[in-house]
Amino acid sequence: MNEETPQLRYTKEHEWVKVEGDIVTTGITDYAQKQLTDVIFVELPKIGKVVKKGETLAVLESVKAVSDVYSPVSGEVLETNEALVSKPELINRKPHSEGWITKLRVKDSKELDNFMTAREYEDFVEKEK
Amino acid sequence: MKTPLFEAHKGLGAHFIEFAGWEMPVQYTSIIEEHNAVRNSAGLFDVSHLGKIDVSGSDAMDFIQRLITNDASQLAKKQALYTLMCYESGTIIDDLLVYRLGDDHFMLVANALNTKKDFEWMESRKKSEENVQLMNITDELATITLQGPSSDKVLQKLTDYDLSGLKKFWVDEMKLGGINVIISRTGYTGEDGFEIYSRADEIECIWNMILQVGKSEGVVPVGLGARDTLRLEASFVLYGNDIDESTTPLEAPLSWAVKFSKDYFIGKEKLLEQKERGVKKKLVGFEMIDRGIPRHGYRIFVNNNEIGHVTSGTFSPTLKKNIGMGYVAIEYKEIGKEIKIQIRDSFYSARIVKTPFYKRRDNE
Repeated sequence: MNEETPQLRYTKEHEWVKVEGDIVTTGITDYAQKQLTDVIFVELPKIGKVVKKGETLAVLESVKAVSDVYSPVSGEVLETNEALVSKPELINRKPHSEGWITKLRVKDSKELDNFMTAREYEDFVEKEK
Repeated sequence: MKTPLFEAHKGLGAHFIEFAGWEMPVQYTSIIEEHNAVRNSAGLFDVSHLGKIDVSGSDAMDFIQRLITNDASQLAKKQALYTLMCYESGTIIDDLLVYRLGDDHFMLVANALNTKKDFEWMESRKKSEENVQLMNITDELATITLQGPSSDKVLQKLTDYDLSGLKKFWVDEMKLGGINVIISRTGYTGEDGFEIYSRADEIECIWNMILQVGKSEGVVPVGLGARDTLRLEASFVLYGNDIDESTTPLEAPLSWAVKFSKDYFIGKEKLLEQKERGVKKKLVGFEMIDRGIPRHGYRIFVNNNEIGHVTSGTFSPTLKKNIGMGYVAIEYKEIGKEIKIQIRDSFYSARIVKTPFYKRRDNE
């Protein structure tokens, strides 16, 4: 990992979440950005959009391919990272900080219990390799 | 399958993908950085996955002439040629480089995807009375390619052979750092460059030497990711994307590699028919007006009518635009024509443009 990220939690879809009350910030992991290669275009959801867990939240276009970013929780889109529109490379350079993608208001806080810790996620990635 | 350079790539931190059954580096650091290195200085690629088929025997020339659309009889010894190999139907089996290594000795370089198919096709077309030997030498002969404006300067450091005498599409034997190699001045990036063939067990040594002597010139290893963006900027077709068994050379802009002046080649009759009748679709290049990146398989529309599909597309690191190629119905092929590309649920404007998208300034 290229950034210090103790407070983050992770999903099997290689996304990270930062939970603050009922607000969840989302992004993709360093491992995921390496798989994607250079991100050159980001399609962000509209503010206020209501998403279900597992639905497409954003679309990342890398030089090589198109990838969906799935919503890690059900809820409402509060904010999107507008900086990604002009600087999609932030996803590659700072995936865990400046490359965040959305902030969501969680509908059901029980969904927050199933994320992995950094250690668990590392093991998960190792097994996937 | 793994190329003889697999461990070397791992050591360089490559990220791998599977391509045509081969584990190949897709990038080492960043596709865009590697792409730019090739345009600005030079980059080194492992292309050992390319199929190599050795053709020899007193009937080798006639045999090859029967199988390919281009005219190999025009080749001098040590000259190379781009060609298509077609079925009787005129559709494309593969696109190939043909090297004439001797009077009766050729090497064909095939797409990795097609090596086995090509070899079997060639075997099946050999007449019993013909003196032709075919050998699939893909595993014995490794291939790397150095591409970019600095490639001659870098390679010259490793050989006494005067590379300025090796012209585009010529090939010769020489020693590189003491190792026997075959080198051609060819490539797939739109830059000056060389393709280097050596024994599989000696390629790693050559690979390392080039990276070492090229370091000061900015030479970096380059993966298949940038190989694709480079070839697309230069508008080189990729088999499996832009051409395949359902397309003909006349529909792709490859009629220049079809020589109807030849008495015979497999597919000639059908292609001649198509030429006289006129093609119904054409492969064109386009650039996006709206934001969005075209991808293989996306549909192309004009006035809500589907008129074709995208075969290749990417962000162009050199032009900083999103570009693509695709087949459109013939009446829409004009340069300047505005088309719509369906990307997910929306339609994005694009414009048909002249190809190649990128041409180096000193291009012959």
